[in-house]
Amino acid sequence: MDAIILQILNGLDKGSAYALIALGLTLIFGTLGVVNFAHGALFMIGAFVAVTLQRIFNLSFEQIDPTKKDFLGNPLKVEVPYVEAWFGADVGDWLIDWSVPLAIIFAIPVMLLVGFVMERGLIKHFYKRPHADQILVTFGLAIVLQELIKYFFGANPIQTGAPDAFSGSMDFGVLLGFDPNVIIYPYWRLVYFLFAAIVIGAVFSFLQFTTFGMVVRAGMADRETVGLLGINIDKRFTLMFGLAAAVAGMAGVMYTPILAPNYHMGMDFLVLSFVVVVVGGMGSLPGAVAAGFLLGVLQSFASMNEIKSLIPGIDQVIIYLVAIIILLTRPRGLMGRAGVMEE
Amino acid sequence: MSKSNFTRRGLLKTGAVTGAGLAMPTIFTSGAMAFTNEPTGDTVTFGFNVPQTGPYAEEGLDELRAQELAIQHINGEGDGGMLNTFSSKALDGTGILGKKAAFVTGDTQTKSDAARASAKSMIEKDGVVMINGGSSSGVAVAVQGLCQEAGIIFMAGLTHSNDTTGKDRKANGFRHFFNAYMSGAALAPVLKNAYGTDRRAYHLTADYTWGWTQQESIQNATEALGWETVNNVMTPVGAGDFSSYITPVLNSGADVLILNHYGGDMVNSLTQSIQFGLRDAQANGKNFEIVVPLYSELMAAGAGENIKGVYGSMNWNWQLTDAGTQAFVKSFGEKYGRPPSGSAHTCYVQTLLYADAVTRAGSFNPCAVAEALEGFEFDGMGNGPTLYRAEDHQCFKDVLVMKGAENPTTEYDTLEIVEVTPVDQVMYEPNHPMFGGDEASLGECNDGA
Amino acid sequence: MKMLGLSQRDTTFLLIVVFLTLVTPILLQPFPEGSGMATFNAGYPDLMQRFAIFGIFAIGFNILFGLTGYLSFGHAAFLGVGSYSVVWMYKLLGYNVVPGILLAVIVSALFALLIGYVSLRRSGIYFSILTLAFAQMSYNLAYSVLTPLTNGETGLQVYTNDPQVLMGENSPTSPHFFGIVMNESAKLNVGGWEFTFNNGYYFCAIVAILVFYLSLRIFRSPFGLMLRAIKTNQTRLNYTGLNSRPYTLAAFVISGMYAGLAGALMASMDPLAGAERMQWTASGEVVLMTILGGAGTLMGPILGAGFIKYFENIFSKINDNMLHQWFAWMPDGIEDFLIGLSHFFVGKSWHLTLGLLFMLVVIFLPGGLVEGGQRIAKAVRNRRSKGDGAEAQTQPAE
Repeated sequence: MDAIILQILNGLDKGSAYALIALGLTLIFGTLGVVNFAHGALFMIGAFVAVTLQRIFNLSFEQIDPTKKDFLGNPLKVEVPYVEAWFGADVGDWLIDWSVPLAIIFAIPVMLLVGFVMERGLIKHFYKRPHADQILVTFGLAIVLQELIKYFFGANPIQTGAPDAFSGSMDFGVLLGFDPNVIIYPYWRLVYFLFAAIVIGAVFSFLQFTTFGMVVRAGMADRETVGLLGINIDKRFTLMFGLAAAVAGMAGVMYTPILAPNYHMGMDFLVLSFVVVVVGGMGSLPGAVAAGFLLGVLQSFASMNEIKSLIPGIDQVIIYLVAIIILLTRPRGLMGRAGVMEE
Repeated sequence: MSKSNFTRRGLLKTGAVTGAGLAMPTIFTSGAMAFTNEPTGDTVTFGFNVPQTGPYAEEGLDELRAQELAIQHINGEGDGGMLNTFSSKALDGTGILGKKAAFVTGDTQTKSDAARASAKSMIEKDGVVMINGGSSSGVAVAVQGLCQEAGIIFMAGLTHSNDTTGKDRKANGFRHFFNAYMSGAALAPVLKNAYGTDRRAYHLTADYTWGWTQQESIQNATEALGWETVNNVMTPVGAGDFSSYITPVLNSGADVLILNHYGGDMVNSLTQSIQFGLRDAQANGKNFEIVVPLYSELMAAGAGENIKGVYGSMNWNWQLTDAGTQAFVKSFGEKYGRPPSGSAHTCYVQTLLYADAVTRAGSFNPCAVAEALEGFEFDGMGNGPTLYRAEDHQCFKDVLVMKGAENPTTEYDTLEIVEVTPVDQVMYEPNHPMFGGDEASLGECNDGA
Repeated sequence: MKMLGLSQRDTTFLLIVVFLTLVTPILLQPFPEGSGMATFNAGYPDLMQRFAIFGIFAIGFNILFGLTGYLSFGHAAFLGVGSYSVVWMYKLLGYNVVPGILLAVIVSALFALLIGYVSLRRSGIYFSILTLAFAQMSYNLAYSVLTPLTNGETGLQVYTNDPQVLMGENSPTSPHFFGIVMNESAKLNVGGWEFTFNNGYYFCAIVAILVFYLSLRIFRSPFGLMLRAIKTNQTRLNYTGLNSRPYTLAAFVISGMYAGLAGALMASMDPLAGAERMQWTASGEVVLMTILGGAGTLMGPILGAGFIKYFENIFSKINDNMLHQWFAWMPDGIEDFLIGLSHFFVGKSWHLTLGLLFMLVVIFLPGGLVEGGQRIAKAVRNRRSKGDGAEAQTQPAE
């Protein structure tokens, strides 16, 4: 039982990441009709906003410590972060320690800006073009973005830890009435799950309860009619693209303590997030979220030793296997609408 | 030109001779040379085939730095580095057999196909006589096979799988780097001292050939100590999130977790294991421990603080204090402002060893070079006295057992040397079952003629 | 002039393609050996073989995507299956490539029939994801669980203790076509130039011409017309009472066989089959080649394949040493600046160049490289009509 609960937690955690990326992808599909192969890159850029902030806080000047030697035998230069020198060691350390959560504050405007620039500068010109052209241009963009990150940050994964307060793990089982030390779960993963739930909730309420959201939803359903009503859909769609970018970016920021970011993490998530979106059904936001969590949980179950010993390698293919089964039994995924990307 | 000219070289040699006079077109087949890519001008070209894109790009770039340095030292530029400490004095800083050493570079992308494409272009287009570099065993085996077919020498870079000089050994391929068996053999005594003989180990293993040989090696070595193996779970390469594989560990009755992962996989699996509280846990009345059989600087940097106190092994580390290491670290450090990584070291040494072997053999013919390398004993290259064993083309030398440093002073000394395991303890027979048994054979040396 | 059941225009077209293919070893070697520009020569066997092989792969993909509009993201699976078939034939029978190639085409056809039958029950992106799922499953299993069959990460290769029952005393010990050894070449030296005529390349080139002719016939046939009708409006087609599925399935299987053939040729040139050949990136590559060159056109996919392979193999090899040589004649400051700038585009950053070119081509040439060629041709024609005897259109070979 405890093993199953642990795998459900793992699955929800994986699912949170899948759902957040798929949510943004679906927003772009649904509203703009664009196949965005650069969406994984947006997730990656988000993660690197956190890395950059950590780097900024760690910007240092050198002090020579004559008591120690470096690898060539010269006196060691000790790096002192500016934030420590300016705000005192305590505040400085706190800033460095909390750089990941703080990065969220920076990620939102940065990602909105990236989204606006992408949409106005490039994607806008591809609304009327075939999906194949959209794939080519966004894939090219994804490569360019990832190579730029590689140029400045290198190819190695960069450890970007959670704040000390969240870096340990808690005895989650006790809350559920298990014996102590049976279900141990890291704080940060619980934080990530909560964070994902809040963001998903916020996006849904935004679409549900604001006029803006209503227009966008109407646009998703029938773009032409809404346009005929004299409503400037374009402006709203630009904002939607920025919003989708911000969701992907925040997901990236918060994921850094779980997965040390590297420049190709976006590509690693890209294919998977497309599978999630399609399994959820094209153009359906609840579908994307549901599929994200479903695939996450199933993948965790498939990784259990008991199941792996029955079917070797099942954990490597489960996502694709489930995708095939769902698409064959439900023609438009879990909640897809007819006529979206079916031509 | 007609197709009948393709048949064989005898006919065409005459063609080449008659055509040699003026700007007459000359035709000859690849077999017209005495051996593949026989250098005829005043330079000889090496191919440095390293990952420049993909997850191991940084390792590849460090290899390139070292290879460029080796070329400089061979040509008598710079301070000579390890040439000053190398026991063989055949190289005198005037190039190789009177020719300047030159090089071309290529990108393996850490994919067998791309690596072979890049290697083929070096052989066919640039006329290289030797290929060196690489950062994974799949690539090493694939390129080694290609060099064997083409008739040039392959000096492997970072490749740790037993197969490279085991079941996939080739007459034209040579490995200086250590292997999974040696890691297991070197780690076992240290683990015994640190954690005792009554331990229960849980393995997480990357699901591909290197992972398997690594797991088999360390399992054998630890079981010989009296450790019990609780479970061995295969994890997909590049899984990213290992949580589903880590959560069963704590309640499995194991008290040691062995991570048979490399590169980014290891960074993530180790970090996540620690997040799941494994290092703070108690099991069977003992502290829970984590072991990472193969370390590299790339992984140490990526894993950051998480490697503190975690044991692993390395081929070489810049913190060694022998004269060879110091000479190399000095010339590398002064040129690039950072200490060299283990993968850089092995590529540097391999390049020098090849050049030295050519000089001693007096020929670039791969078969003559191979003969000069086989059974060659040398010292002063950072690993102490070393033997290039003739039977499988594997170097035998001391192996380093490393531990994540508790108080690193810079970003470069996050690992500390715990013990230098003497070469005798990591020796094995050439027909060891983990190395292909009696069936494994180098085959015939191929010079391409 | 008409021949082989082609119209006059197509015959001329085919003859041009045949001519360009045969003189490729000369066309791709424009710079003399030893000159600074020699790095940009592409006339060495491995790359020419790749041009031909990926050309075949892309031609086949275009039959499905260009004609029917069905975008498969899993064609690499057939590429891999083709390669594995050939290497297994080497291991069991011997190094003659013929049994392997035949087996590869048959196996990939069966594989394509199975995947196509299932995947074609859906259309649009649902179809794409189904094909992707099948291919990724194949890749993941080949890399790990199926290692006894595929030799996993290392790649399937021939060992000395393999049976090779058809190998005689004097049989070549590398892939050959009834004694014509693939990796043997003749070299022709003219002045400073060196041209390499490689058996393997000509073998691939002849196969490529044959399958190009086949695709030309398919494009012009009633079957091809039917496929185009499916692309234009499948629903309307279905209303006429016509079941389009057999046609799309046929197109899927044919393009799967092309992919299998391409995979077989890869293993025929180089006796190794790696699992990465089946990864989604490889499937994506052929999609990019086809769109980049111009989907639905005959030459487009071949151009796209050549373009991508050229950058992968040539630009990745440019290193600092070469840059220093090229820019050495410039003043120091400018030299350093240019070298620094080049770092963004060559060597380890060759991906960036490729990504940028993808974007530029798709932004400025909506019809792909073929449109670029047409525009140049048109400009040349306009100029010539003004009485300027400029050279005829020369499109890059392949």
